[in-house]
Amino acid sequence: MAQFTLSVNGSSHTVEASPDTPILWVLRDHLKLVGAKYGCGIAQCGACTIHLEGTAIRSCSIPVSEVGDKSITTIEGLSEKGDHPLQKAWIEHDVPQCGYCQAGQIMNAASLIAKNPNPTDKDIDEAMHGNLCRCGTYIRIKKAIKSAASEIQ
Amino acid sequence: MTSIKTTYNRRSFLKASTATGGGLVLGFSWLASCSPTAEQVKAMPMEWFDINGFLKIGDNGIVTIMSPNPEIGQNVKTAMPMIVAEELDVDWKDVVVQQAGLDLKHFTRQVAGGSQSIRKGWDGLRMAGATARQMLVQAAAQQWEVDPTEITTRAGMIIHEQSDRELGYGEVASAAASIQVPEEVNLKSPKDFQIIGTSQKNVDGEAIVLGKPLFGLDTDREGMLIAMIAHPPAFGMKMKSLDASKALAMSGIKDVFTINSKPEGIELTWSDNNVFPELVVIVGETTWQTMKAKKSLKIEWESDTEPESSEQHEATLARLIKVDAKEPARKDGDPAAAFSKAAKVIERTYSAPFLAHNTLEPMNFFAHVTAEKAELVGPIQTPENLHKTVSKVLDMDPENVSIMMTRMGGGFGRRLYGHFGTEAALISQKMNAPIKLIYTREDDMTQGTYRPSYKVKYRAALDEENNLVAFHVRGVGTHGSPVFANRFPAGTVDHYLAENHTKESNISTGAWRAPRSNFIAGAEQAFLDEVAEIAGKDPIDFRLALFDKAIKDPVGKDNDYDAARYAGVLTLIKEKAKWGTPMPGVYRGVSAYFCHNSYVAQVVDVIMENDHPKIKKVWCAVDCGIVINPGSARNQIEGGIVDGIGHAMYSAMTFKNGSPEQSNFDKYRLIRHAEAPLEIETFFVENEIHPTGLGEPSLPPVIGALSNALAKAMGERFYQQPFMKERRVLG
Repeated sequence: MAQFTLSVNGSSHTVEASPDTPILWVLRDHLKLVGAKYGCGIAQCGACTIHLEGTAIRSCSIPVSEVGDKSITTIEGLSEKGDHPLQKAWIEHDVPQCGYCQAGQIMNAASLIAKNPNPTDKDIDEAMHGNLCRCGTYIRIKKAIKSAASEIQ
Repeated sequence: MTSIKTTYNRRSFLKASTATGGGLVLGFSWLASCSPTAEQVKAMPMEWFDINGFLKIGDNGIVTIMSPNPEIGQNVKTAMPMIVAEELDVDWKDVVVQQAGLDLKHFTRQVAGGSQSIRKGWDGLRMAGATARQMLVQAAAQQWEVDPTEITTRAGMIIHEQSDRELGYGEVASAAASIQVPEEVNLKSPKDFQIIGTSQKNVDGEAIVLGKPLFGLDTDREGMLIAMIAHPPAFGMKMKSLDASKALAMSGIKDVFTINSKPEGIELTWSDNNVFPELVVIVGETTWQTMKAKKSLKIEWESDTEPESSEQHEATLARLIKVDAKEPARKDGDPAAAFSKAAKVIERTYSAPFLAHNTLEPMNFFAHVTAEKAELVGPIQTPENLHKTVSKVLDMDPENVSIMMTRMGGGFGRRLYGHFGTEAALISQKMNAPIKLIYTREDDMTQGTYRPSYKVKYRAALDEENNLVAFHVRGVGTHGSPVFANRFPAGTVDHYLAENHTKESNISTGAWRAPRSNFIAGAEQAFLDEVAEIAGKDPIDFRLALFDKAIKDPVGKDNDYDAARYAGVLTLIKEKAKWGTPMPGVYRGVSAYFCHNSYVAQVVDVIMENDHPKIKKVWCAVDCGIVINPGSARNQIEGGIVDGIGHAMYSAMTFKNGSPEQSNFDKYRLIRHAEAPLEIETFFVENEIHPTGLGEPSLPPVIGALSNALAKAMGERFYQQPFMKERRVLG
C-alpha cells in the first residue's frame, strides 16, 4: 500500500492503494467515479478511456504509480454542466443502445477533436479503432463526432 | 377557460417519502438531481398518487411511468412507457420513467428476450394508460357533476368544453386514485396517436453521456465486498484441489472457498443452464486486490468428461450432414422423385463456428443475503426465473427475495442465463455481507453459453425452364439443429424436405441474438442467391415468384409466415434501393428473412477500395407492425446489421482439448469502427398491425445480403463463417 495524491477532474484526491493498481480501479473503487468502465482489462476495448493530461488513455492498463502529477479527466469531469459538444451531439443523435461503451467512446473522441477539430472519416476511423461497441452504434458515433466538431469550429 | 382548484380527500395519497419500492426512491433522486432542461419546466411534485402499478401522478401533473421489462440496450425503457403515456394522454415531456424491479403482483413477463417485450406488452401497457385516463376523467366528472362522456382529454388536461372548464391531471389525481378501476376502457385509434410513432430520445441518454452509475457493475453499498470466481479452464474439467494459502495472505483478501450453484435435490429451470456450477470464489475488499489475489490461487483441475476440439466438432458435423435423418422435420410432395427428375441439382454446404456473447459489461451481480431476506441487484434478462432459483437455493421464502434490474451493458441472450445471480446470493450468504460478484473478461468469455456451431446443407432442383421444383435442407448444430422446417421456402415449393440432426457436447450453448436465425438466414439467403444466378433469374424476382406461389397456392398447411408481408418488404426494398438501376463500381446483394414475427429485406452495396471490399450502404425494409419510437427503432436495425456483419466476417470461438482458444478481445475479433457500413437507411412498412419484434430481426438476413454482395464484388462465394478466415477484412 502506498499513498497517491491525484488530480482528478480539477480536484485533488489522496488514495491508499498498491502501486500496481490500474487507474481504472482507483477511480471506480476508491473515488467512486464509475463513468469509466471495465470491459477487458488489457486495453483492447476502450470502455475505460479517460484523459491523462488531455490525452486519451486506457485506464485499465496504466498503474496509479505512473500518474504522478499529471491531471486525470474522466467523463464525469469532461464538462461542468454535461454540455461538452460531444455529450450534446450524443444526445442529439440518440447514439447509445446499451450505453456501456459510450463514456469511453466520448472520451476518446474528445481527445481526437481537441487535437484535430476537423477530422475526416479516416481520421475518426483511425482514432476510434480501439473503442469497441458491441451494440454496433458506430455509424451514429461517427455522425455525432462530426456534428460536435462542426459546432466547435 | 377557468381553472378550478379543489382540495381533495387525501386519504389515498402516497407521500413521496413513504412510498414503497427502491425504484421509486431512485426516481425522485433522479428528478431532483437533474437540472431542468428547457422542455422540462415542472418541478418535483410535493405528493404522488398511485393510480396503478404502472404509473403515479404527481400533484403538479408530472407522471411517473414504470418500465417493467429489463433494459439491455433494446430501448424498451423508453418505448414501453411511451405506450402507457399515449393512452394516458399525457405530454411526454411531463413523464419521468423508472425501471421497475421484479414485481410479480403488478407485471407479467418481465423478460428481455425473443424480441417480445413490445409485442407481448402492447395490450397491457395500453390498458394501464387508458384505465388511468378513464379514472381521471371519472374523478373530474364527479367533481364537476357532469357526464364523463362529455369530457375529453389532451396532453395531461381534462376538458369539459360545454362549461368551459379544465383541470390538470395532477389536480384530480388524488380523487382518481380512489375511483374504482373500470371494467372496460376505450383504447385510442392508431390515427389519434400523439406519442407512438414519434421519435423520442433514450430516457437514460443523459445519464449515459454523463457517466452516471447505471449498470450492475456500478452498484456500490456501504461495507460491500468484491467477489470473483475461477471456473475450470476447459470444458470437461472439474476442480480437484485448491490451495489458497498465498491468496489468503494477500492484502485485502477476506476469504477463499467453493460454491455449488446447482445443489442436489433442487429443481432448476432452462435459464439455470451452466456447465460450471462448482466454482472457486475469492472475496476481497477491492476489485484490484481480489483480481490480483485470484491469480495466485493454486487450483488443480481434473478431467471429468472427454475434452473436445474444434477439429472434432467440424468432423462430426461434416459426418452428420451426410446422413439421412430418421424422420423428416417436414416433407411435402415427393422430393426424392423430383430431385431424380431434375434438369439441374445445386448443392451447397454452409457452416459457422461457436460465438461468445461478449456483452461489453461482463457478468456481475450484487447480493446482500441475511437470515431474514435476500436483496439482489444487477443485470438480468430473466429476473422471475432468477427469483425462483435463488429462493430455492437459499431455501428462503420467495416473498423475502427481491430483485432489482439494472441497466445492462448488453444482453444478446447471455443474461437470460442467471447463474451469476445465484452465485452472488450464495457468496453473500456465506460471507454474511453485501457482495458484488464480478467476472473478468476471461471468466466471461470462457464460461460457455455460446451460440452453437452449425452446418447446413441445401439442395435445389430446377426443371428445364429453370423453375425451382424441389428443395431440401438438412441442418445440424451443437445441442440442436438451426433449421426452421416450416419457414420459407417451405410452402413455396411442391417438393420439400427438411431434416434435423443434433450433436451433443460438453460445451454449453445458449440463445444468442436471433437464435438459429443468426446462422440459417445467411446460409439460406446466400444459397437462394446462387440458385437464382444459376437459373439466370434476378434474385429479387426469383424470390417474389416464390412468394407469389405461397400467396396464391401455398404448399402445406403449417407455413410459419405471411407470404404477402414477406413479399411486401422485398418489393419495398427493390423500389427504395432502385434495384436494377446500373450503379458502376457498386456490387449489390439482397436478402429477405422473417423472424421474431417481423419481416426484413435488405440490400447491401459493396464497393472495392484498393482491392478491399467496403460496405458503402445497407438498405433495409422492415415490417414490424406499428413502430413505437422510429428513431430508436432505426438504431436497433442499424445495430443488428453491424452486429450481423461483424460476427459473420470476423468472430469465432474455437477449442483445443476442451479449452477455449480465445479469452479476450486480443484474440476474439469484434467488428470495429472502420469496418462498419458507411450508411444504413431503414424504411418501415406503414400499417396498423400489432407491433412485433425489432431487437433481433435485422441481424440474420444481413449475413446473406453481405455474402451475396461480396460474391459479386470478389467473384467468389463464402460458405464458412467467419468470412475473414476465407479471405480478408472490410474497410
